[in-house]
Amino acid sequence: MTATTTEPTGAASVSGIRGLSPRQRRRILRGIQYGIFLGVIVLVVLLVDWSQIREHFLDADVAKEMLPELFTIALYNTIIYTVSAYAIGFVLGLAIALMRLSSAPPYRWVALIYVEIFRGLPALLVLLIIGFGLPVAFQGLNVPGDVYGKAALGLGVVAAAYMAETFRAGIQAVPKGQLEAARSLGMSQPRAMISIVIPQALRIIIPPLTNELVLLFKDSSLVYALGITAANVELTKFGSDAAINSADSTPFVVAGMTYLLITVPLGIVVRRLEARQSRGR
Amino acid sequence: MTHAVEIRELHKSFGPLEVLKGIDFTVDTGQVVCVIGPSGSGKSTLLRCVNLLEEPTSGKVVVNGIELTHRDVDIDAVRRTIGMVFQQFNLFQHLSVLENITIAQRRVLGRRKSEAVKVAMQNLEKVGVGDKARFYPIQLSGGQQQRVAIARALAMDPALMLFDEPTSALDPELVGDVLAVMRQLADDGMTMLVVTHEMSFAREVADHVVFMDGGVIVEEGAPARVIGAPEHSRTQTFLARVLDPTHAKVGEVPEVDDYQAHRAIDGQPTVQVPGFDHGSGSGAI
Repeated sequence: MTATTTEPTGAASVSGIRGLSPRQRRRILRGIQYGIFLGVIVLVVLLVDWSQIREHFLDADVAKEMLPELFTIALYNTIIYTVSAYAIGFVLGLAIALMRLSSAPPYRWVALIYVEIFRGLPALLVLLIIGFGLPVAFQGLNVPGDVYGKAALGLGVVAAAYMAETFRAGIQAVPKGQLEAARSLGMSQPRAMISIVIPQALRIIIPPLTNELVLLFKDSSLVYALGITAANVELTKFGSDAAINSADSTPFVVAGMTYLLITVPLGIVVRRLEARQSRGR
Repeated sequence: MTHAVEIRELHKSFGPLEVLKGIDFTVDTGQVVCVIGPSGSGKSTLLRCVNLLEEPTSGKVVVNGIELTHRDVDIDAVRRTIGMVFQQFNLFQHLSVLENITIAQRRVLGRRKSEAVKVAMQNLEKVGVGDKARFYPIQLSGGQQQRVAIARALAMDPALMLFDEPTSALDPELVGDVLAVMRQLADDGMTMLVVTHEMSFAREVADHVVFMDGGVIVEEGAPARVIGAPEHSRTQTFLARVLDPTHAKVGEVPEVDDYQAHRAIDGQPTVQVPGFDHGSGSGAI
């Protein structure tokens, strides 16, 4: 910690309160900030029971028992749920964004209602409706792929609502002159959208689209609500089951670290993309 | 005979604002017609009505014998024959210079890649940027971008070229390159309709000059007469201010009082109407 001794100053620093120059006051303030920071750390270190932590959160034997299923089943399923839901969300979201920008009012209304509903409902509730409500409402309806299909659909329709707004913002961020130039070359409206506007919109929205992938990766933990078997288990459920079986908290830590294994690199990618974008393409 | 462009009783309103109040004029094949006039006079809107980027409120627009204002017209087919160059260039930012010029050839005209590249390179050489084919628009100067935009339009083999203040967004020292390309195009016999503030270009290159103000054509004729010896006081005042801005008097023409300020954002009407924003360009990214 830096010393905050105030050196005696001459008559030149009379402007400062209590005889301190602005520079000296900044130094004192910074010293206080670091002091609080260190104090909190010391407090936490003293209060935590380290032997308990080692035994119940960082038990190597318990962690070892989770392998290899942690990766071959839990992480694998988590990625399947995430990627399939993302694919549905991407395609559906783009379609809804185009509907929202349509010149036909009914399309705009449907798209707006869709976004409002699925952005407003908790993803968990949507999953429950799809898992247990749909089969009742539509007799004999079976979502293909069982749990995988239901999870992809439930998480996908929610993601689509968010992605639709992102797509819409991206499309509207492409200058109108781009569309005009394409149309003046004889391109039809759909051709101009596909070849000129949407590719530029995608570049603009790569950071928020990557963020959505991170969010879905975490939301895949909600799939447990569909009532899943050991073969369909994802990371959170896998961790909590292991925690119950071993009467230990280590599996929580292991599951958490596995999430971070994916989300932290993704976060770094997003930051790089954003930095590249702010520099201009 | 059929004219390259024939405009009859053209009216265009944006909401309550009437921008064009009955325009009649023609462009003959091979002719270069320059449209001049103060900001907000409707000249850019007129040009944009010629390829239906703006839908006329009423009146008739005929290009090469095809009536664009007919409700059954295939506008995409007609636009293939009309090249347009914008004030803000509007090059496709995500494509290289070469791809900018080949994409419409391939997607619209259905040309093979090898042929499209050949036509693109010919036109890039023609406008003097043949060495920039692999570059992206953002890597080029404004003058180079505008010349690429001209090459992009020419690659479609248009019968008519529209220029919407092509040099207004350029640094002064880059204007000459673009005007030289346009002059070459005129010498080659291209039919051109040009909205411009470059009076020397209009005087030397145009066959016919149209002066617009307040949504109507005030006077038109040979450049020597319209620019050299204008009859109407509005034309005289406008030209005096453009050709000799340092001697303009504040308040002599109330509606174009802040003409120099408007010039920076020209292409937009002086009254802003919601939903009407054709001045936005690629520079906004």
